[in-house]
Parts: sequence; structure tokens; C-alpha cells
Amino acid sequence: MPQVTLTVNGKQHTVTVEARTLLVELLREKLGLTGTHVGCDTSQCGACVVHVDGIAAKTCTMLALQADGTSVATIEGLAAADGTLHPMQEMFREHHALQCGFCTPGMVMSAIDLVNSHPEGMTEREIREGLEGNLCRCTGYHNIVKAIAAAQPLMHAK
Amino acid sequence: MGFEGIGASVRRKEDVRFLSGRGNYTDDINRPGQLYAVMRRADRPHATIDAIDTTAASKAPGVVAIFTGADMAKEEIGGLPCGWQIHNKDGSPMAEPPHPVLAVGKVRHVGDPVAVVIAETKQQARDAAELIAIAYTDLPSVSSTTDALAPGAPEVHDGVAGNLCYDWHIGDKAVVDAAFAGAAHVVRLDLVNNRLVPNAMEPRAAIGDYDTSSGDYTLYTTSQNPHVIRLLMGAFVLHIPENKLRVVAPDVGGGFGSKIYHYAEEAIVTWASAKVRRPVKWTADRTESFMSDAHGRDHVSTAEMAVDKEGKFLGLRITTLANMGAYLSTFAPCVPTYLYATLLAGVYTTPVIYCNVKAVFTNTVPVDAYRGAGRPEATFLLERLVDCIAHDTGLDRVEIRRKNFIPADAFPYQTPVALAYDSGDYQTTLRVALKNADWDGFEARRAAAKSRGKLRGIGISTYLEACGIAPSAVVGSLGARAGLYEVANIRVHPTGSVTVFTGTHSHGQGHETTLAQLVCDQLGVPLSQVDVVHGDTAKIPFGMGTYGSRSLAVGGSAMVKAMDKIIAKGKKIAAHLMEAAVEDIEFADNTFKVAGTDKTKSLTDISLAAYVPHNYPIDEIEPGLDETAFYDPKNFTFPGGCHIAEVEIDPETGVTEVINFTAVDDVGRVVNPMIVEGQIQGGVAQGIGQALLESAIYDKQGQLLSGSMMDYTMPRADNLPNFNVSTENTMCTHNPLGSKGCGEDGAIGSPPAIMNAVIDALREYGVRHIDMPATGPKLWSIIQAGQTKMAAE
Repeated sequence: MPQVTLTVNGKQHTVTVEARTLLVELLREKLGLTGTHVGCDTSQCGACVVHVDGIAAKTCTMLALQADGTSVATIEGLAAADGTLHPMQEMFREHHALQCGFCTPGMVMSAIDLVNSHPEGMTEREIREGLEGNLCRCTGYHNIVKAIAAAQPLMHAK
Repeated sequence: MGFEGIGASVRRKEDVRFLSGRGNYTDDINRPGQLYAVMRRADRPHATIDAIDTTAASKAPGVVAIFTGADMAKEEIGGLPCGWQIHNKDGSPMAEPPHPVLAVGKVRHVGDPVAVVIAETKQQARDAAELIAIAYTDLPSVSSTTDALAPGAPEVHDGVAGNLCYDWHIGDKAVVDAAFAGAAHVVRLDLVNNRLVPNAMEPRAAIGDYDTSSGDYTLYTTSQNPHVIRLLMGAFVLHIPENKLRVVAPDVGGGFGSKIYHYAEEAIVTWASAKVRRPVKWTADRTESFMSDAHGRDHVSTAEMAVDKEGKFLGLRITTLANMGAYLSTFAPCVPTYLYATLLAGVYTTPVIYCNVKAVFTNTVPVDAYRGAGRPEATFLLERLVDCIAHDTGLDRVEIRRKNFIPADAFPYQTPVALAYDSGDYQTTLRVALKNADWDGFEARRAAAKSRGKLRGIGISTYLEACGIAPSAVVGSLGARAGLYEVANIRVHPTGSVTVFTGTHSHGQGHETTLAQLVCDQLGVPLSQVDVVHGDTAKIPFGMGTYGSRSLAVGGSAMVKAMDKIIAKGKKIAAHLMEAAVEDIEFADNTFKVAGTDKTKSLTDISLAAYVPHNYPIDEIEPGLDETAFYDPKNFTFPGGCHIAEVEIDPETGVTEVINFTAVDDVGRVVNPMIVEGQIQGGVAQGIGQALLESAIYDKQGQLLSGSMMDYTMPRADNLPNFNVSTENTMCTHNPLGSKGCGEDGAIGSPPAIMNAVIDALREYGVRHIDMPATGPKLWSIIQAGQTKMAAE
């Protein structure tokens, strides 16, 4: 069986996988990083979003082998070592942007990429359109949009 | 510490866990030596199973076992039970055909499980499942609600003639017919309540873990009510006594009703784990969820209101067909009866009501409660009908509602359909909503939209629901096969911190915060020193779980009772320690005080004395400070309110944009306003989804066309507006908190508000009613036809 070598949250791993193994399966089952979730099998829901070389990617539609040589960041690696939350995590908490928490890791990872890729800032409408790849069934998005808007200046100030 | 008690929007205790990827959902759990189960499901709606050949599959790599319905039948495994029995008009019980865990003899819907493959890896199990050869003989099928009762329709179950599950009614038909005879107007509306797929973001999952040394079973499952699953599965399906069966529902990623029910997969993995003597995990993929999670709604109704010349409602007459799907899910029969027809008075003084409900079997996924459950169907019917009355009579749609409201001074109010409302103030929620939505300024906004080429409409819905489910004796008399009380155990530890063990279950509602706030409020313990434990039958005395907006009204009330006991016992200990009479001890702000003196003891002093009873009234009371209470509600609670939607439709595409959504709800006492607003926002989003986007569609051949998230339109961020949500509360009069519940309001009040707005936007085309969902293509066709007709005139 083939091997894949990748860095996850700053730590390098070499893992033997079946060729058909999805990146999300590698993360969840081989590395025990169960914060990344699977909510659908058709790339619709975005619960499985992580950053691959800094870009948001849906790990349910990416083979583990495609991640060979990449640097992957998951929700588990987002907070500082002392537990200080990333501004996006903190704003999700502050604005009650999560209920059941299942879509949350993917939503947070997508939101961070969205803000990073819009240094000029986004309007509410642009945030809503930017979330087209992520589904939430609990919140109605109202508070997610508020949280992302609030995180923008905090992230850009850094 | 700042204020953390009842009324504080404290941030949620559970959030850091979820935001850091440290949630613990069922599929995150892995047991040593775990195997994986994959279901082989029917790919056709109705067929006899002639043969199942597992030869090739059992030789596939990694396969440990394959089981079919015949294997389970050999061990006298029971069918999946139904928890509610409805009686027909003539008093006979409903038809209750068997629901085998794995199909026996026939498959009855696409997705019906036929066999389970258990293998070392999920991939191996999936590969092997495809190798099972099943010989079927196809039978004709029926999937539409209205076709099910047609003469000659294919029969889903042998022995259930004409697919009729029950023919039930409420009210006195003769009296209602008489009211119609003298009416100035009779307004009639035929309508459909579209079938929905709940689609909690976490797919269902289950792990069966049989302990070969003790003979104990543990089931980890995505459930809203683990004790109910233990009761149903243990007593009726697998015959495992409660002391040998533990059910754990850890973090659960949304439920909306769909995770109330006892599902086949739970029984399969539990049973199979003992067979293979290793843990067995099953996790649904999303397409499986579409084909096996209970669906919601699916009613076809005719409604008629008799109205006098001033617009007062004189009588309501309704017939409804309700689709049960292929089998009776756990609570399915009560949804179109006691959660629907009893709500048909709504907020109005309609003096007489008659409703006939026929429930039918079809070759579709079972249908059961989905957020609101029966109450959205009742509300949609009533609020569309009221707008049609306005349309047909020329009366103002707000005025006609005002005129028929139950007045605020009329409570308690007995409706003609069994329920007795305890409190409410519909004029106030209406008045505030009209103001918040700037109803009076709408025509200017309509005109401005018109100048931009858009069709703008505004719609209103004034509604009520029955929550806080439910008084056990009442529901027992109506056919429930369980009690619906709730249980709380409050454990004050020796050094004064508190653990709450609740029989309710949080799957997004934020109980770990809200319920902890009740302890802050009543015992004065800081939030940081209160933990809420839920979802484990090994830890919690008992419980009926979370659904029907019951957790605070029923579960919270049980906590209040348990804390009353804590305080009563604490007073005895305090009296002993301070050498005072028990009657002279007061408790407030975490402190026991001898009245009229400055002698005090903190709760921690008392709990320490209770667990280290060196100086203790040991002859009078036992050590420890740990109390359990069962609370059985005296009545349902009746949240309600007013929702107003403002939409713009693009005539070029037919696409509706929700511009503003205003909700003013009466939910009784609010513990955490932030969480309540979040619940209402989420409910409204699901209601907008039903009104504009979502529909589970079966084709004539019984295939579910909208069977994935690529085909079934879930609301996304850019489909929805910001919500203007607030509350105007009257207190529930019969529970100690005064709380009514807020989980379902949004999904109940919003669909008719949206549809009334859409229809208002299209009124220049003579539109009187449109069924949900009001999709772009549907509205575009209506607009095109309207324009063609107008051009011809």
C-alpha cells in the first residue's frame, strides 16, 4: 500500500493508506483528529473543510495521496498552545454562531480562509455568498455572519 | 462573577469544546477491536425477496459476518415498536403492521435494510455489501399520499386493506355542519404540506459494544433520548433487561426530531456485537440518511371556514390525508392527530371545529415528527386559510386576525379541540411585530420595488403551538405508550460545586449552559462550578429526552423541584449547625441565614457538613446532599406569536428573496436570551427552507429523486436574511419556571408568513394560493401565465 507524508498542525506524519483513502479518513481514522467531520458525501456541506497549504479544502473529496507533501491545518491546531482561541473561534463563541457544533469546525476553517482572502474586508452580502460551500442546519447563519464580520478587523489587525 | 442566573445571555459552556474540535460525537468514538457495519438496502420501493446469496460477499476480504432478516427472525428478535396507538372513529385500533429490523419477505421502500455486512474496515464492508446477490420480484408500488387510498392502489402491507392506517376524527361534525349552514361566507382551501428531510448535519451513527465478560451491552447512538431507546430496544426488540443495557448519546450534531426514534441500525449493531463478540460501528453516509431517517410533514388537506358577515369565524371543517410512509415510526401516529388537529383553534375563538384525518401507508421512508411536528401543518393550514378569507371577503388580513383573537383576559381558555390554553397575549405580539416590521410603511416599499422591476410582498402569521410535552395521564388517555415526565438529579458535592444529571438531551440547544443557569439562580452557585451531564443511561436516573420544546419547561421544572429538596434538607442541616429552628432558616444567594440575625452558613458549609457529618443531625436526616425529582407537567405549554415576512420576487427568474423577517414570540420565562434568539433564528431558517426551497420528491416508480444534498435544497447563508427576532412574554401559569419553550416556534410560525408574502407579491396576477416550496421555476411559470392572461385581457 502507498505511503503519504504530510505535515498536520505542524507535525510531520508518514502514513500507509489504501490508494482510495480520503484525506478526511486519514485525519479522523489514522491520526485521530476527529474535529474534522463528514456531513455529506457530495461536497455540499463543508463540515470537512481544513486548510491544505493555507487554502480551504473539502477533505471528503480529496484523496489522502493528493495531500502528499502538503501542510494541513485542522480545527485542532487553531488555538494557541496556551489555549487562547483564534479570533474566529472567539467571535463564534461571542456571537453564539454555533449550536450543535457539528458544522462548526468546517465553518470556522472556511471563514478564516474567506477573511484571509479578502484583506479589503467583506460586506454582509459578500460574507453570505462566501459561505456557499458550508451548510448549517441549526443557526440560520444569522450569528455566523455576525461572527465573521466581527472577526474580520481582529484578523486583519494582526 | 457577573450575573449568570435566569435572564443572563451568558456565553455557552459547551462552545470551547466544539470550537476546538474536541466535541465527542458518536462517529468520533472508537472501541478496541471495533468492526464496521454497512447495510445493504433495497434499491426498489416494493418487491418480494426471493433469495439472498451471500456466498461471494462472505468470502470477500475482511468480512467477519453477514446477517439477514431471516437470521434475526430465528432468534425471535422483535420488530421496531410504535410508541403511540391511535383509535379509529369506530373505536377500533389503528392498523399496526410489523416493522422487521431487517426486511423479511418483502422490501417496502427504497432504503429498507435487507442485510448487514460486518468487516474489519468500513471499505471492506462496503465492498462486500455490493457482492450480496438479492433476487427480487418487483411489486407495484405507491408513493403519493393521495394515491394511497385510491381504489386498486397497490397495498403496502398484507392485511392492511386500502393502505389505511387509521381514520380518526375530533369534534362534532353535525354541530360544525350546522354552523356552515347559516354562514355568510364559506371559504375553502385545498393545500399540501410538503414532505421534508430533516437533515441534521451529523448523520446518524451507532456503535454496539458487547462486554464478553459481564454480558453487558453498551450502545453509543445519535439519539435525542437515550432512555427511550433503552426502553424500546431492550424491552421490545432485543429483550435485554435495563440493568444489562447502557445507552449513551454523546454529543449529537442536531436532531430536529429525526433522532427521537428507535431505528433498525441501533438494534442491528447491538445484537451483532454479541454475535461477533466485538464492537460494531455503523455510520450513515448522507444518501443513507435521506433513505432511512424519518421524513417530516407530507399532508394533503382540504379546509373550510364558515365566516359571518363581519368576519367572525363560525366553524372550521377539515379533512387531512397524512402519509406514514412504509412503516410506523416511533411517534408517527400522534403527529397528524394530537399534535395537529388539537392545534386547529390556533389563536382564534372559532367555536366549533371538526377534523378528520386519514393516515396512509405508502412505499416511502417512514414519516414522523420533524421540528414542530403537526403544529407547523396546523399553522400553515390556518394562516393560509385566514389569508384566503381576507382575499375572498375583501376584509383586511390584520383586522380579521384581530377580530378573531382569543382576548388576553380570556385565559384559561378551553378550545373546542381538547386543549386548554393557560396564557397568552396575541394582540401584543401582533402589535409589536407590526411595529418592528414597519407594516404601515410597506406600500411605499412595494412601490419602490416596483420601480426597480421587483414584485414585493408582505405576509403575516399569528400562531400558537403546544409544547412542554406532556402530562402523562393525558397523553396516556390519547394513546401514548409512555409517560412524558422528566427527571433531574442535583448533586451538591462536598465542597459546594454541583453536577446536574438531566434526562433531557442537548443536541444544539445549549443545555449545559441554560440548565446550569437555573442552578446559579436557585442555589447561587457560580456557573463555572456547575456541570450538566446528559445522554448516558448509566449516569442519569431516568429521562424521556428532548423534543416538543420540553427541556426547560419539563426538565427545568424537575430541576427546580430537586433543588427545592436540596434547600429543604440544607435548612435542616443549617438549623442544626446554627442551633436554630428549621422554620427560622432562610436561604438566598448561596447562604443559609437565621432570620433576623447575622448568623449564616454558606451552601459549601452545609454540603461539607452533609458529607463529613461529624456535627450532624444524624438521627433525623441522612448524610449527603443529592436529590432527585420527577416532574410531570400539569398541562402543555402554549408559546405563540406573530411572524412577518417581506419578500421580493424577480419576475425574470421567479426567485424570491426574503428581505426582512420579523418574529415576535411569547416563549414564557427566558433563561438565556442569546440562546432563545438563536433557537428562533434557526427555526425560522428551517421554516423558510420549507416555504421556498425544500421538498422530498418521489417519482411514480417510488425512487426518491431528492436523495442527496445535491438534489434537496438546504437553505444556505445567501438564501436567508438577517432576522429581527424578539420576545413579548406571558408566563406559563402551571410550571415553576413560567417557561413555555422556544425550540420549534421558528419553524411553526414562519412558513405561512413567507407564503402569505409570496402570494401578496403576486396578487396582481390573481394568485390566491401556492403550495410550498415556492421555487423559482414554479413562481416564474405563475408570473408568465399571469402576464400572458393580463396581456390577453
